[in-house]
Amino acid sequence: MLNVSEIQTFEHDVLVIGAGGAGLRAAIECSARGLSTGLVCKSLLGKAHTVMAEGGVAAALGNLDRRDNWKVHFRDTMRGGKFLNQWRMAELHARESPDRVRELEEWGAVFDRTKDGLISQRNFGGHRYPRLAHVGDRTGLEIIRTLQDHAVHKGFGIYMECTALDLHLDAGRIAGVLGYWRESGRFVLFRTRAVILATGGGGRAWRITSNSWEYTGDGTAMAYEAGADLMDMEFTQFHPTGMVWPPSVRGILVTEGVRGDGGVLLDSRKERFMFRYIPEKFADETAATEEEANRWLAGDKTARRPPELLTRDVVARAITQEVSEGRGSPHGGVYLDIASRLPAETIRKKLPSMYHQFKELAEVDITRQPMEVGPTLHYFMGGVRVDSDTQMSTVPGLFAAGECATGMHGANRLGGNSLSDLLVFGRLAGIGAEQYVKGLGAAPRIDEEQVRSAVRRATAPLNRDAGANPYVVHDDLQGVMGRHVGIVRTEAELLSALKELDRLKRDALGVKAPGVSQYNAAWHEALDLRSLLITAEAVTRAALMRQESRGAHTRLDFFGEREEWQKVNVIVRKAQDGQMETRAETRPGPPRDLAAIAHASIEDLEAGRV
Amino acid sequence: MSERAFRIWRGTAAGGEFGEHRIDVDEGMVVLDVLHRIQAKQANDLAIRWNCKAGKCGSCSMEINGRPRLACMTRMNLFADRETITVQPLKAFPVIRDLVTDVSWNFEQNKRIPPFRPGPKGSDGQYRMHQKDVDRVQEFRKCIECYLCQDVCHVLRDQSRKDAFVGPRFMIRLASLEMHPLDTADRIPAVRKEFGSGFCNITRCCTEVCPEHIEITDNGIIPLKERVVDRFYDPLLWLGRKIFGR
Repeated sequence: MLNVSEIQTFEHDVLVIGAGGAGLRAAIECSARGLSTGLVCKSLLGKAHTVMAEGGVAAALGNLDRRDNWKVHFRDTMRGGKFLNQWRMAELHARESPDRVRELEEWGAVFDRTKDGLISQRNFGGHRYPRLAHVGDRTGLEIIRTLQDHAVHKGFGIYMECTALDLHLDAGRIAGVLGYWRESGRFVLFRTRAVILATGGGGRAWRITSNSWEYTGDGTAMAYEAGADLMDMEFTQFHPTGMVWPPSVRGILVTEGVRGDGGVLLDSRKERFMFRYIPEKFADETAATEEEANRWLAGDKTARRPPELLTRDVVARAITQEVSEGRGSPHGGVYLDIASRLPAETIRKKLPSMYHQFKELAEVDITRQPMEVGPTLHYFMGGVRVDSDTQMSTVPGLFAAGECATGMHGANRLGGNSLSDLLVFGRLAGIGAEQYVKGLGAAPRIDEEQVRSAVRRATAPLNRDAGANPYVVHDDLQGVMGRHVGIVRTEAELLSALKELDRLKRDALGVKAPGVSQYNAAWHEALDLRSLLITAEAVTRAALMRQESRGAHTRLDFFGEREEWQKVNVIVRKAQDGQMETRAETRPGPPRDLAAIAHASIEDLEAGRV
Repeated sequence: MSERAFRIWRGTAAGGEFGEHRIDVDEGMVVLDVLHRIQAKQANDLAIRWNCKAGKCGSCSMEINGRPRLACMTRMNLFADRETITVQPLKAFPVIRDLVTDVSWNFEQNKRIPPFRPGPKGSDGQYRMHQKDVDRVQEFRKCIECYLCQDVCHVLRDQSRKDAFVGPRFMIRLASLEMHPLDTADRIPAVRKEFGSGFCNITRCCTEVCPEHIEITDNGIIPLKERVVDRFYDPLLWLGRKIFGR
């Protein structure tokens, strides 16, 4: 029998799982508050998916347009989220993001500048004013490097290439985490009083995704297995512009900054089709003609915004419809044209990594030719349900921040609101964890039998004589999700997906990883399958339950938003019998002052009448 | 689709050998795509380190036909039709397994660098910097920490002087701090002594392999060397230090 005391063990007050923006910011906060802190990174430090964020971080600094303030940002966020956001989270985010951005500058970040030497800001979909602080189109890299360089001097434990497998509880509270080192294949046990999950989303369950290999829904699945509520899982964001050609790069992100800087979407007839897709609710604030859109771009404050900058759900659906009606580009996308809008030198200066990416991967020169783009699975609005102020989940001692948590973005996230989300709620999760740890009595204890059974489960793919190839099962899953749980959904498709997922769950239980446990990619793939499948099933079941179309969730059989569904969130959890259960839970009414801001006219907000 | 020949180094710190693979390659593929296909179909446990597959994270550094490259940004049409493609781990760092090396030494170096120390904010509570004053620092901050520059640096790769020289990546990090308009710390004595700026003999190999096209040598290392020279080898300053004892 495995002796648990022989497993390498570390002790902390708080263990942060995930080292992207949210995890790093949370760990920095915990450490600054005197907690013994550990940070678990699935990859090397500084490689997490935050590094891929391109366009910018949204904060109402008002550096380019003085009319901007937290209330307008809050209103934009609620409207973008189709009013399904947790009101308090959207408020905290809008109020606190400017301080978090300025704090990064104090820690060494070098954002692009205005003429006055302040942090410059760019336009983005759904944001009323130029609001995204940015560094060309590599803002995520700047943020993760700034946090990383700040963090390494704080003296807390950083565990690289370490994958968390299971949360361990003592009387329902967090007691520890079991993980393994990629390098050696050995297990590691963290005894800890609190855990902050910051593991991102689960985009790797789809084939066409902007997500890197790590995004297998680990935090979502671990929280689910520990009994925590998941929420809003049906809302998966398809970013409208991913690369579509060549096949091997399909899904790689093309920043919304291209459109923010004037890029336009064209169909095969070279028509700006977005003018035909302006939703009624946004018609008052969207340009009616190309001429007006061009005036807005030139800085005319009386003109309205181009329709290419509508929210991502709207643009992604429009592209899907154009392609399905036969007006797509040769490789099944549409055209995104910046070449005819800006001088070549400006494009290279403002969008250097897009220039580089297309040149090297697709042999397309974006200063001369249009890009071909199409929707790509990009972001989970749903995730672990948390308290809006403390970020604690429904499991005591378990916190979540960033993409793996839910509530901030409602039914659709605005571009740029993710990087600010990471910073604001990473910090708040750190504060929440400190309060929890200080109020905790005796240290929780880990049940050794639980650890032994987790180790047995994890080593099974290595130990069995034969079984399915884990890569094939993963590929199969990606096909299923792409076919049945895509950008537009129906009951029949979702039911087919559930049937296929049942089959895949059985397959996953019998996969074989050949070779030894040291840096064995097949074994890692086998272990990630559990998280992927739980996440995929949660998305599918939640999508089946929500009988309306709202934000990123589109049901062909339930067209349009339904009043009664605005009043509920879909909750997913593990039932007593081990099955996944979903229920619709009524939302508390909004605080009156916040509702007044969210529903105010822009004129009233700007005039300070709200 | 065409069949291509690959030689992939398989092994551990204890030793290893090349494995031969023949695999179908599709239009537009990069080397990383082919390695993934080999992994899924022929060598399930092949160790590769990768993340973003878009040249933004700097994880999939390896030596491809003898040249340090990011596998995700190396297109197959770079090679002649019948050319065998040989893939090896970075040479300057110890092998963990197959194509994965232990790059932890680099993380240790970063910790040694004195952190950013900004001066006071302006009277309006804001920092002000002008774009032309941060262009150079932003160039350095494009670094994705792929360590290809560290891999080709003669001082680290051939002379094994990791004890004496911090390598191009961290010279660039030092330069980005030294040239940051808000920073007030002085790292020049450390650049010379602890970080070993004198070891670089400006062969520019690091600049050549940088996937972000950072002018590592000309814009980073040479200006740092000049600052060291101005400080320590300027005859007037030398005389001043003799007389005033600082």
